[in-house]
Amino acid sequence: MTESPTRGPRVGLFATCLMNVFRPNVGFSAVKLLEDAGCTVEVPANQTCCGQPGYNSGDYDAARALARQVIETFEHYDYIVGPSGSCMATIRHDYPVLFQDDPVWLPRAQALSEKAWELLSFLTDVLGATASDSHYDGTVTYHDSCSGLRGLGIKGQPRTLLGEVDGLRLKEMEDSEVCCGFGGTFCVKYPEISEKMVEDKVKNILATGADTVVGGDLGCLMNIAGRLKRINAPVKVFHTAEVLAGLADGPGLAGAAKESD
Amino acid sequence: MEIRSNEFKQRAVFAIHDASLQQALGKARGGFVGKRAQQAAELPEFEQLREEAKNTKNHILDNLDHYLERYEAAVTAAGGHVHWARDAEEARKIILDICKRVDAKTVTKGKSMVSEEIGLNEALIEHGMEVVETDLGEYIIQLAHEPPSHIIAPAVHKTKDQVSDLFEAAHGGPRKTEVPDLVNEARMVLRDKYFRADVGITGGNFLVAETGSSIIVTNEGNGDLTQTLAKVHIVTSGIERVVPTLDDATLFLRLLARSATGQETETYTTISTGPRRADDLDGPEEYHVVLVDNGRSKMLGGRFKDMLRCIRCGACMNHCPVYGAVGGHAYGWVYPGPMGSVLTPLIKGLDNAYDLPNACTLNGRCASVCPVKIPLPDLLRELRHMQHQQDITPVMQRRALKVWRYVATRPKLYHALEQVGARFLSAIARNGSIRRLPLASGWTDVRDLPAPAGRTFLELWQGKRGQK
Amino acid sequence: MTAAANAREAILNSVRSALRRGPLDDTRRAELDARRPRHTRPAQDEELVARFIRKFESRAGTTARVASRADVPAAVEAYRVEKGLPARAAVGAALKDLAFPGLEIHHEPAGISETMAVSQALAGIAEPGSLMMASGPASPITHNFVPDDHVVVLDAGAIVGHFEEAWEVLRARPEGMPRATNIISGPSRTADVEQTIQLGAHGPRRVHVIIVG
Ligand code: SF4
Repeated sequence: MTESPTRGPRVGLFATCLMNVFRPNVGFSAVKLLEDAGCTVEVPANQTCCGQPGYNSGDYDAARALARQVIETFEHYDYIVGPSGSCMATIRHDYPVLFQDDPVWLPRAQALSEKAWELLSFLTDVLGATASDSHYDGTVTYHDSCSGLRGLGIKGQPRTLLGEVDGLRLKEMEDSEVCCGFGGTFCVKYPEISEKMVEDKVKNILATGADTVVGGDLGCLMNIAGRLKRINAPVKVFHTAEVLAGLADGPGLAGAAKESD
Repeated sequence: MEIRSNEFKQRAVFAIHDASLQQALGKARGGFVGKRAQQAAELPEFEQLREEAKNTKNHILDNLDHYLERYEAAVTAAGGHVHWARDAEEARKIILDICKRVDAKTVTKGKSMVSEEIGLNEALIEHGMEVVETDLGEYIIQLAHEPPSHIIAPAVHKTKDQVSDLFEAAHGGPRKTEVPDLVNEARMVLRDKYFRADVGITGGNFLVAETGSSIIVTNEGNGDLTQTLAKVHIVTSGIERVVPTLDDATLFLRLLARSATGQETETYTTISTGPRRADDLDGPEEYHVVLVDNGRSKMLGGRFKDMLRCIRCGACMNHCPVYGAVGGHAYGWVYPGPMGSVLTPLIKGLDNAYDLPNACTLNGRCASVCPVKIPLPDLLRELRHMQHQQDITPVMQRRALKVWRYVATRPKLYHALEQVGARFLSAIARNGSIRRLPLASGWTDVRDLPAPAGRTFLELWQGKRGQK
Repeated sequence: MTAAANAREAILNSVRSALRRGPLDDTRRAELDARRPRHTRPAQDEELVARFIRKFESRAGTTARVASRADVPAAVEAYRVEKGLPARAAVGAALKDLAFPGLEIHHEPAGISETMAVSQALAGIAEPGSLMMASGPASPITHNFVPDDHVVVLDAGAIVGHFEEAWEVLRARPEGMPRATNIISGPSRTADVEQTIQLGAHGPRRVHVIIVG
């Protein structure tokens, strides 16, 4: 389907693995936010993973194989946008490094890198979108996921947008910038350390008295939500995009369906 | 010091369940982080200084041989002696020889991580010398027969009560319980040692080629008493610590205390140049510098060159959530935290420290505070890459990666498996999550697994929009 | 070759081979020797003496200001009486021109039971608010570290703005670098027991600066 160029940029949505399996609602929220901001959104069916698990495990060949697939799938879009600081930082920063000695793929990796955006920063920094139409009833605390924060400089953008949501009170937690203990395979390789870290994170969340915690990366959010659930803490967990898109009316991550009834 | 880094996992778990350690770590964490942030905020030029520090270190490393030679010549001109040690053993031998020549009975020591690295204390003690650590933190852990758990706060893992116990046992009581009394007791005990010492050994934060000086930075003044009152002053330092001029040293001094303890400056910055002069009334009669390579020159050649910029401030460990959870001893050798996780495998061998590069979430907080901008997470990932290439990674992980690559490069297969997974997990979930999943116990031992909705996003999307 | 010379050459060669080059040529060496770095100096907009005092006192140091050098002995005595110290002191020979009536003084190094020392600073550095002491026959190093109380005489005109200017003072000395250049920023301190700051770890418990002029 080709859209007329006046319809705004043509965006290829990067459907991250975790989102695809665990939280389709985040994908639909992303599409809604992008379309509301005037983009034409497509979801190429040929995509799988950005390759980060291989890269961070030291298997650079595997990471390159995946990176080539992503480049081929997305390079003809104006932008590649995904609801994850982690995957998008990989595409933006790590792809050019992975191909630094490859004269054929390096320019293609660089070109994709330049149009790779994490959803929230794309909405604010590129599209100048606002969230003035959204509504959410609750006190929300925001967790800065590490790759978004330090890899892509995402800090003010989600807070600005959340601040515009009608009915939403934003309450900062202590150490919002400290890692939650997810870290990809880290959390299953070193469960006890991860537990200590997520325990600290959850303590800080609970100390705010917020009823909802949001963030920009499903890895962190699943870790936090899973821990909150394990200790029976009644705090809802959503991806920032779900709240902004007005699609946070169902159960949060790890939330029972009846909660929202 | 014997390396025990391959016991990381067990030691980490042990540390997490050690209540006094957790109490001590909890107290330390907030202090260092908050004070550093305040110092950085109060100095508008801070970020610019970090960039300059990085560039200056790179310049030095690119011309390291030249600056080392210039430094050596300047030390000699000031009446001092430079010794070169390829490895720990050579370094120990050089120092032992000096100590034996002057018939040393008591050796006092200021804090020196290089001396820990080369296992100096054990060697001196073996040869019948009394070795006294004079930095209060080092003194405490010497009494406890433990290695340091932090490069600038070696006893950060000890609570006040534990210090009280150690002092009571060592000094014969009565037991002191308040910090001022504890500090005072150590002061009195150590005074006597300074005055009796034959040899005083300190580290060197910076070696200045321009003047042939070594610089140490301390708060307590122990390093000064150590090097002033002994007949012989020996400096142990890594070859990468040389700087061309005093002005270059200044650049790093402006960053060091702020990054390390969150102070604007530490109390004492001491520039030592040669032995006492002919008409001086005090100061050491001999001045020696032992330049230790121990793997450093090899690092200079490859992707780990960045690591040689390290000025040993400890900010990376202060900001590391893993260090904050397990403390320094879990790392099993001399250098803990992010910088130690890079250095240990490089100095002691990749397979002697498998976990260190892996026990990291790559969250990047260390690199964001490192005063010389060492890309620590990238270096840790590089080490993982080397482990992967050298087949040091566990077989299961290698197999899993192969399978993952096979599947993930076949979108149809990948999506089919994702659909099966989503349906399965959704079916076994109760109340929105899964409490136990045998094959993923690493996850479910600690937390529930949030349940998928049943159908994948791509499935639903194609149903809705029918796009390709 | 001796073992020592071997190690030296081996390390230098290892450095060079890591850098994938041989020894630098003379031209390059001359360039490096001529390098005069100008690193960023943190901006200051405060009068130097005021800044020195503010910074030095922020770390538990104390200061007094007198009009002329002749006023120094009285200021030392006032400090001694205030702190209730014995009437004796190790005084650096740099202050030989001054008489300290009522004080039993000597110019020797400080011994283990020394209670107070009085020294002349070479310079003050306003940037961090620190003293710069140069060791020598007129200023033994032990005076700076052994006694509980250290009183330092600092000429207001010797306070410079940044570290770099203090280095110029050192470079200008005809006798060259002293054995010890001690930059002192306040009383000795430690935080090694539970991060609790405690003054007087090993060095002086109190440092008092008498600024002259
Ligand atoms: S790596 Fe950086 S932060 Fe860590 S000790 Fe070295 S200089 Fe400090």
